[in-house]
Amino acid sequence: MKKKNKLGKFFTLPVIISLSVLIVIILAVLFAAFLATHDPLALSMSESLQGPSSAHLLGTDKTGRDIFSRLLFGGRTTLLGALGVVIISVIIGIPLGLFSGYFGGKVDMVTMRISDMIVAFPSLLLAFVFVSSFGRGLMNAVVAVGIIYVPMLAKLTRSLVLVEKNKTYVEASRAIGYSHFQIIFFQILPNCISTILVQLTLDIGYAILDLAAMSFLGLGIQPPTPDWGAMLEEGRIYLSTNPLIALAPGITIIITVVAINIFSDGVQSYLDPSHRKLPSVKKIRRLVGVAHE
Amino acid sequence: MSNIIAIKNLKLDLITARGVVHAVRDINMNVKHGEIHGVVGESGCGKSMTAKAILRLHDEKKLLYSGSILYEDDKDIFNMTEKELQNLRGKEVAMIFQDPITTLNPLLTIGQQLSEVLTLHLKLSKKEAKKRSIELLESVEIHPGAERYEQYPFEMSGGMLQRVIIAMAIACNPKIIIADEPTTALDVTMQAQVLDLIKELRDKHNMAVMIITHNFGVVAEICDTVSVMYAGKIVETGEVSEIFHNPKHPYTQDLIKSIPKSGSTEKRLVAIPGSPPDLRYNIEGCPYASRCTYATEACEKAEPKLIKLSDTHAYTCIRN
Repeated sequence: MKKKNKLGKFFTLPVIISLSVLIVIILAVLFAAFLATHDPLALSMSESLQGPSSAHLLGTDKTGRDIFSRLLFGGRTTLLGALGVVIISVIIGIPLGLFSGYFGGKVDMVTMRISDMIVAFPSLLLAFVFVSSFGRGLMNAVVAVGIIYVPMLAKLTRSLVLVEKNKTYVEASRAIGYSHFQIIFFQILPNCISTILVQLTLDIGYAILDLAAMSFLGLGIQPPTPDWGAMLEEGRIYLSTNPLIALAPGITIIITVVAINIFSDGVQSYLDPSHRKLPSVKKIRRLVGVAHE
Repeated sequence: MSNIIAIKNLKLDLITARGVVHAVRDINMNVKHGEIHGVVGESGCGKSMTAKAILRLHDEKKLLYSGSILYEDDKDIFNMTEKELQNLRGKEVAMIFQDPITTLNPLLTIGQQLSEVLTLHLKLSKKEAKKRSIELLESVEIHPGAERYEQYPFEMSGGMLQRVIIAMAIACNPKIIIADEPTTALDVTMQAQVLDLIKELRDKHNMAVMIITHNFGVVAEICDTVSVMYAGKIVETGEVSEIFHNPKHPYTQDLIKSIPKSGSTEKRLVAIPGSPPDLRYNIEGCPYASRCTYATEACEKAEPKLIKLSDTHAYTCIRN
């Protein structure tokens, strides 16, 4: 994105909307301490399971904690956790996929068989094994889920590389004198990145839910620390009587994931220069300065 | 004049799922400094295989090679390390591929790809590389260079892209350019432009060019010397005038006969009957025997001998 094509446009309407939603969420979570109306951990049994009111904007949960405040503070653990998961899977998964796809042979065999082994187990089960051997807590849960996401990302990257590496421009790059390393990272990777990006945004959504499942089983974030996924799980029992307890974190997760998806869609189409959204015909006419009446 | 590329007893065997293909069978070829050498032959006769072998672009896990390719008469390309090869590729020996549209990375601008070559081999700074790239674009008649520098491959036509690729090839003033069917994907007017450009650049920078083609018209237009390949072997080699005015090998004669002539009243184009032999098997005798009009029984048994007509002109045939 360094070189700006003067006709190409990054800030299209969906990108602007999704980006502002994301900025609002991030700011709200960052300044949770100022925005929260209550202490997210303060219990108040007399106020349990209340509906929305001026005192409690989104009502209270079964122990009388303010849902709005918990949502703000919960965003920190949730978003950081999901981001951590994706970063871990990117750092390990993408290079692994690139190398095994590009070089093939034994490297490919070994990495792919190990990936198959990891994929063969139900993902959460593996995470449980990991957490129970290394201890509970957010950090370990994030690492565990991150490692489980590695094989899928590595396999996706590998399959993209297998297609790209046979294209003429790769051979041409070799004929120009590029090293394998330069070809992998500067020629092939940019051509795979848009598909990988889609997978990553989906992964953020899954990571939020997987981390929630972990904390629901008492292996991830420990109560009473707020977390969107954990709040969603807690509210499940009250869905018929007091739906807001589950709906508030649920809708927040949906909004976040959808906003990330739309934003990445914008980035993706910008990364492919031939699909960039062009300015209106009127503007092009002004740029070209010719009257096509 | 000394040779820039000397191919000696080159054999290339491709390992495929359907067996080992003996694609190049013991060929010798010399390209001199500043000369345009054409390699002609029909599809699958080993032309491109030979060209790729010069830069060692093959997947060497699936290729057996023997013989030697000498660069500047003393450096054997088959003995080079990966590092030495990277310095050779693009800097000393440049390559132009058949299809200009797929040869460039679709996601990088023309300028990025062009200046990358300069920073890689000549260690120019980004600013110098940009200046030089724009000059190069102008030198291959792409105007205005500064504006085109910022554009992506999809914003240009095939002919323009081929000229961009030529600009990339000459960026480091290589001693030889290997052009693998540089005009096949282009229409006739573009072909003429690209060929003129190659010839002009050769005259200006005195670089050798090796042109792989199946089009004798291209050879007639720009080549100095020609090698005719058939079924992995060179059947005739010589200077262009020798080959055109005195073709000796029946295959060369048939190829020249099958060039469409303007003004000809004959309704059908002359074609060579049959198809080339399966390169997976050993060929006994002359590989062209089954399609040759002069073939006798002896042709299918005895290996044809190399007959030298002059210092430059030689062919392999059993007849005299």
